[in-house]
Amino acid sequence: MKTCDLPAYIVADLIKTKQVSAVEVLEDTLERIRLVDGRTGEVDAPEATSKEDLSTIHAFTLVTEDHARNQAENIDKLIKEGEYPGPLAGVPYTAKDIFTVKGIKTTAGSKILSNYISPYSATVVERMAEAGAVMVGKVNLDEFTYGSSSESSAYKPVPRNPWDTSRVTGGSSGGSAAAVAAGEGAISLGTDTGGSIRHPASFCGTVGLKPTYGRVSRYGLIAFGSSLDCPGPLARNVTDAALTLQAIAGPDPRDNTSAQVPVPDYLQEMEKDIRGLRIGLSEEFFRVTYFDSESMELVENPIDPQIRGAVLSVAGFLAQLGADVVMNVPLPHTKYGVPTYFVISRVEASSNLLRYDGVKYGYRSEESFADLRELYRKTRGEAFGVEPKLRMLMGIYLSAAQFDKGYYELALKARALMRRDFEEIFNPRGKYHLDALLTPTAPSTAFPIGSVYGDSVMMQYSDQLTATTNHAGIPGLNFPVGFDKENLPIGAQVLGPDYSEGVLLRIARAYEKVTEKESWREKRPPILSKNGN
Amino acid sequence: MTDKISPEDFERLADLASLELPAEEAEYLRKELNNQMLSIEVLESIPIDAETGTAAHGIPYDELNSAAPRKDISFQDPNRDEILKQAPELEDGYIVVPDISQEELE
Repeated sequence: MKTCDLPAYIVADLIKTKQVSAVEVLEDTLERIRLVDGRTGEVDAPEATSKEDLSTIHAFTLVTEDHARNQAENIDKLIKEGEYPGPLAGVPYTAKDIFTVKGIKTTAGSKILSNYISPYSATVVERMAEAGAVMVGKVNLDEFTYGSSSESSAYKPVPRNPWDTSRVTGGSSGGSAAAVAAGEGAISLGTDTGGSIRHPASFCGTVGLKPTYGRVSRYGLIAFGSSLDCPGPLARNVTDAALTLQAIAGPDPRDNTSAQVPVPDYLQEMEKDIRGLRIGLSEEFFRVTYFDSESMELVENPIDPQIRGAVLSVAGFLAQLGADVVMNVPLPHTKYGVPTYFVISRVEASSNLLRYDGVKYGYRSEESFADLRELYRKTRGEAFGVEPKLRMLMGIYLSAAQFDKGYYELALKARALMRRDFEEIFNPRGKYHLDALLTPTAPSTAFPIGSVYGDSVMMQYSDQLTATTNHAGIPGLNFPVGFDKENLPIGAQVLGPDYSEGVLLRIARAYEKVTEKESWREKRPPILSKNGN
Repeated sequence: MTDKISPEDFERLADLASLELPAEEAEYLRKELNNQMLSIEVLESIPIDAETGTAAHGIPYDELNSAAPRKDISFQDPNRDEILKQAPELEDGYIVVPDISQEELE
C-alpha cells in the first residue's frame, strides 16, 4: 500500500522510526495528486467538459510543492538530529482555501481575493506546522464557504466526488473531503458553519469533526458567520481526526471567542469503551421539513430510507457494545434550523463581506471610476459570485432599519430554543440525560453536479440535519457507515454537549472497531483503481 | 402572491450592498431572495413564549468560553510593509483611491 493511503498516525510513526522519510511520503502524495486531481481550480477557467476533466477530482486551488518540500526536509533534519518532530511528523495535509497561510495565496474560492497573498498564517495552520504536519496545498470550496456542494467556487473546475466524479463532493469543505478520500493528503482542515465539514465528509465517506464553537481558534479563518464558524479536521479514520484536534484545539489570545476550557487527551478518551453511554435517536432528524412554494404549506418528507436504515444499523452495533440506545428523543425545533440559518448566517455574512472593497487588498476593477463609491460598486459587482451577493443582499434586507420586520430577533429566539432543546436532552439531571445523539448527517447521498445548484433554497435544505448543531454551538462528528445502492457513501453523526468531543470520538471509534471487518470497509473510490494506483 | 422584495426594494439593497449588477443577474437574485423569504417566514409560526430571550450565539459567552482581556500593551506590527504591499495602488506609503463623493448639505 502506498503511504498516501495509510492512516496519518501510522505514517507519522513510520517517519519517526526512520522506516520512511518525510520527503518520500511527500513524493507519494504529490504523485497521487498528479494521477487523480487533474486541472487545479483557477478563476475564470472553463468548467469541466473534456473526458479527463470529467473523470478527475480537482480538489486543489493550489499545490504548494516547494512549501511542502521545505517542511518535509525540515522534519527529516529534526529526526536525524534526534529532536522530537511532533505528533503529526511528516503527515501531508491540505487546508481549505479559507485559512490564511503567510506568503501563500488565500482566495476563499473567490475572484475578489484572486491575487491575495496573506501576510500572516491562521492559528490552526501554525499549530499544524508545530505538530510537524506538511501542507501540500490549498483545497477548493464554495465561494467564501457559502454552499453545500462546492459548486459555487469561482475556481473551475469545481471539485468532484472520488466515489463518482459525476457527483458533488458536498460542501462547503468539498475539496477537503475529496482530497482526503482520494489519498491526496491524509488530513484536511475544513470549516463548519451550517454543516460544511460534516456534510462533505458524509458525501465523500470520510470522518469530519465540527468541534464545539470556540474549541478551535478562528484567527486567520476568513469569516462567514462569526458566531457559527468552527474549524475542524477531516480524515479517513477516527484516530487521525483525534490526533488533529489534539494539535489544533486550545485557547488563543488572538481569538476573543476561543475557549479557556482545558484540552483533554482525546486519544486516551477515544479508546474507552462505550458501555453505559446513553445515545439518543430523534425522529426529527429522519425527515426534512420545508416550505413548498407551490402548495404554500410546510411539507415533511422522510429522508432517503437507505440512510435511515444505515443509521439504525449503527444504533444496533452501539447497543451490542453496551450503550443504552434511547428512542424518540424530542428536539421539536430542529425543523426551524434552516430558516434560522437563512437569517443569522446572512446578517453576519453581509457584515463580514463589507471589508472587500478593492481598496486595501484583493481585486480592484480595472474600469474607470467617477468616485470611491463607484470603485466599490464595480469591484464588488464584478468579483463576487452569486452566493456572496445573495448573502449580503439578504443580510442587509434583514437588518436594515427601513426593511426591518423583526426576523433577526425572531431568529435569535429560535436559536435560543434550539440550544434549549439540546440542553434538555443532555442535562445529566433531565429526563433523557443523554451522552450523545446519533443522527444521519445529510438527507441524501451525493447528488449529481448541476442538479441542485441555482436553487438556493433547496441547496440550503441539504443542511437541515446539521445546522442546529451550529446554532447551539455544540460539537458534531460525522463518520462513514456504509454505502447506498449506487455505491455512494452514507454518513452518520454523533452530537454531544459542549466540549464532549472525547465522547463523540469514543463512540465513532467503537463503531469503527466493531465494523473493521465489514466488507464495505474494503471499498476504495473507483478513481483509485485507474491510473496505476 | 406578492413578492416581499420588490424591484425598487432590491435596487435599494444593491445600493446598500455597494453592488453594480446587470439587469438579468439582478432579477435572478431578486427571485431567489423572495424564495428564501418564504422559508424565513416559517419562523413566524414558531410558538415562542414571552420569557424566551435571544441568543446571539449558542455557547454562553462567559469567562470559560472566551479569551481573557489582553494586556494593554501596544506594539508595532512587524508586517507593515507586507500588509501595505497588498494594496492595488500605493504611493509613498498611501493607498490611492478615487475621489470620495462630495455632497452639498443644505
